[in-house]
Amino acid sequence: MTEPTMLNRESALFSNPPGATKGPRGGLRNLSPWAGYGLRRTGGVLLSVILLVVVTFFMVPLIPGDPAVAVAGADATTEQIEAIRESLGLNQPLHLQFLQYVGNLFTGNLGESFAYSTSVSSIIATKLPFTAELALLGIIVTLLLSIPAGMVVGILTRGGRRKWLDVSFGMLTGFFQAVPQYVIATMLVVVFAIVLKVLPAAGAATLTSLILPVVGLSIAPICSIARVVRRETSTVLEQDYLRTARGWRLPPLRLYARHALPNLMTTTLTLAGLILAGMLGGAIIIENVFNWPGLGKEIVTAIVNKDYPVIQGIILVLGFLAIILNLLVDVILGIIDPRTLGGGKSHG
Amino acid sequence: MAETTRTKRHFRWTTGLIIGIALMSVMILIGLLAPLFLSEAAEKLTANASQGPSSAHWLGTDDFGRDVLARSLVATRLTLVMTAATTAISVVGGVLIGTFIWLAPPRIRNAVLRVIDAAVAYPSLIFALLIAAILGQGAWSAVLAIAIASIPAFARLTANMAASISQRNYVSTARLLGVPGPRIITRHLLPNMAEPLLVLTATVFATTLIELSSLSFIGLGVQNPEYDFGRLLNEALVNIYSQPLQAVMPSIMITIAGLSAMLIGDGLAAATDPRGGRKFGSVKAASELPASMRADREALVEVDNLTVLTPNGVPLVKGVSLSIHAGEVVGLVGESGSGKSLTAMSIAGLLPEELTVRAHSMRLGELDLLKKNDPRTLATSIGLVYQDPGTSFNPALRIGSQLTEVSRIHLKQSGKTSFTRMVKALADIRITQPELRMKQHPHELSGGMLQRAMIASTLVTDPRLIIADEPTTALDVTVQADVLRQFRTINREMGTAMLFISHDIGVVQALCDKVIVMNGGKILERLTGAQLAAGDVKHPYTKALLAATPSIAERKTELVAVRAEDFTFDEITDDALGPVQAGTVQPETERLQP
Repeated sequence: MTEPTMLNRESALFSNPPGATKGPRGGLRNLSPWAGYGLRRTGGVLLSVILLVVVTFFMVPLIPGDPAVAVAGADATTEQIEAIRESLGLNQPLHLQFLQYVGNLFTGNLGESFAYSTSVSSIIATKLPFTAELALLGIIVTLLLSIPAGMVVGILTRGGRRKWLDVSFGMLTGFFQAVPQYVIATMLVVVFAIVLKVLPAAGAATLTSLILPVVGLSIAPICSIARVVRRETSTVLEQDYLRTARGWRLPPLRLYARHALPNLMTTTLTLAGLILAGMLGGAIIIENVFNWPGLGKEIVTAIVNKDYPVIQGIILVLGFLAIILNLLVDVILGIIDPRTLGGGKSHG
Repeated sequence: MAETTRTKRHFRWTTGLIIGIALMSVMILIGLLAPLFLSEAAEKLTANASQGPSSAHWLGTDDFGRDVLARSLVATRLTLVMTAATTAISVVGGVLIGTFIWLAPPRIRNAVLRVIDAAVAYPSLIFALLIAAILGQGAWSAVLAIAIASIPAFARLTANMAASISQRNYVSTARLLGVPGPRIITRHLLPNMAEPLLVLTATVFATTLIELSSLSFIGLGVQNPEYDFGRLLNEALVNIYSQPLQAVMPSIMITIAGLSAMLIGDGLAAATDPRGGRKFGSVKAASELPASMRADREALVEVDNLTVLTPNGVPLVKGVSLSIHAGEVVGLVGESGSGKSLTAMSIAGLLPEELTVRAHSMRLGELDLLKKNDPRTLATSIGLVYQDPGTSFNPALRIGSQLTEVSRIHLKQSGKTSFTRMVKALADIRITQPELRMKQHPHELSGGMLQRAMIASTLVTDPRLIIADEPTTALDVTVQADVLRQFRTINREMGTAMLFISHDIGVVQALCDKVIVMNGGKILERLTGAQLAAGDVKHPYTKALLAATPSIAERKTELVAVRAEDFTFDEITDDALGPVQAGTVQPETERLQP
């Protein structure tokens, strides 16, 4: 949802400013590439985590007016407001509140939900599997479909062949990128659940109820990544080293799978990290269309109820998932193309 | 993206851009007019609730008897206004941060960039939800939420562009002259980023449109009684079984709005980055071409009247004939664009597919090169060495697996056998630590080492012909000599025929038995190595080439002379410069010794 149409934006995000990261192994010369890489990435991950913690902490103090009044609602009694102020720790100075917040995080204590009077961790524990299931399946489906599709189109249209395929591929993927995920999802419901009556429209009761949410979640990222792969494929096919491989007269499968694929994966995965992390945002939307009992549905309810501990907890969890996803992409990148270990493309 | 245009180009109106602008204009018109005429039908509660399509209500009515079509049209205004406001805030905020950090001290700039990087890694919708939770629900808090959440990405992009521009000469000059920072931004940075920024703004418009309406859709954006497309669809979802039509119109409207914004973005991008289409051709034996007198039946390689055409029919190589005998080294000389590489790559069968190749005949031994040949035969009979060893190796694969590829695939050797053979071949050409090299990646080896490894790898299949396309051009002069020596050794010891392409007549004369001078896709002169060495050339073009290129021997003396000066005279005061130069050159000179 968040990043679909922005191929330009994504590519540009990772075209590092010239000179900014020159001299790949400078400074860490004595370490093995992976050790230096690990060191740098740990710094990046730490920064991301700190940012996440700080931002979620400031959510409550930043609420306009008196947060306690905002939480309690307009018709709350003074005692109720005071009780909430106490439970949020709002009586303490800001820095003590922050220390308390961080300390609680370290012990895994995310607080108590206002609405359900259960611990936030238990709410997350029951909801996370649903979101994880949806997001993980979506990511797998996306990667399995988009990369081969993009490559095949890239290979078939190389050197300006099959103009019609190029144009129709561009139009089709562009269209699905421009349509919001919730519209696609709603139309899926209309077509498959209401008109054809073949799949359930909502809920997570049966295995078949997974199909529409996963499809709705994956279509846009599939199109985004397939476009990136298609563009990268045509770039890689024109490279000198592919001419070298062609000069060795390798069979097509070996030429494309072994010589082209790893090289086009570098850029693809760099961009895919963002798109895949964006699928976590997409899952929030999709869960609301299909009434899927995951974190996305929960956070929307929590925001409407001003249930701040739950909001904080879910954003922390989703943020951590995004960090892990990015880290995973970077590790895979390092394995596929050791040049990225030297810096340059790593991010986060 | 980061590149900005230096020359003024004509604005290219693509179909997509025109359609996009037309659709967007219609949307804006609807946004302006619909609320004036349709507000009554869209907002007045009537008794005709949840009706199907009728002549009075084309798409039926909703729960409260309001006209669905009218509501969809009236919602356009709020949607567009909100999207425009969001885009404006995130673009202005992003550009301000992205440009002003270039005025900050490097330490602060790097810190800010790192924080931005960390923020970009999160899905912006998650941040938007957080901000929506702080500000509460409503149209304008949604605008702020999405805008603030989009700022990091836009700031990153602007920073990238500003980085590349701020390194240009005129900006550094302006800085040195003491032009104040904000003035550098308004005078130099922003005008040069205008084009890509415009494209990005259009794309950001498309995404914020989607994100804003998503927020409304999940119930956290626009609240009753206001409505935008997302809110309408949210209401429609409740009645999706009874009134599926209610979901259709807002879906269509949001799709059109999103598509037009994207078409405008893509169109603007295309307008600033023109790229031509290409066609492809095929290999044909053209019988209408007359047989050349020069073709030589006895030769190992025989090319008779070779023509290479572009898809538009422009000839790039115009009737070239040449022959290479077994054990002979033939040099093909000419400046870039003379058709020498095209000729060589036609023989290798590796021309870009859009080019058409015609010849009366083209063969290697009994192999007809105009036909489609068995890949194994081709791979083992023709060895290829390319110009730039830095780019002709696959950066993602280990050296060893690349060098042994032909042995393993075409000679069906086991991984172990081919590895040991290749290690020996590398050791033979005095590459140090051959086993380690085999396990390394190309970026870990020097260009000279890569090129010599490439040459060594062509030998393990015992090819009949080696085609070397400017194999020394990308190398340092001293490494050039080394590589040339390797070619000469191969030819002397193994008797392999070679086609050696170079723009450098000096390189060619050191190595070749026969030299063919090409220009404009035609052969101008054929010489023997001896004739060339003696300066016995007739064509003025060849004379010019000879005059323009100092021979390798001359260049070596030049180099030595320069270095000798460095050490004999004490005029060079810059200490930093001297040792560095000596350091880079010395390892190569050591290799020259044996």
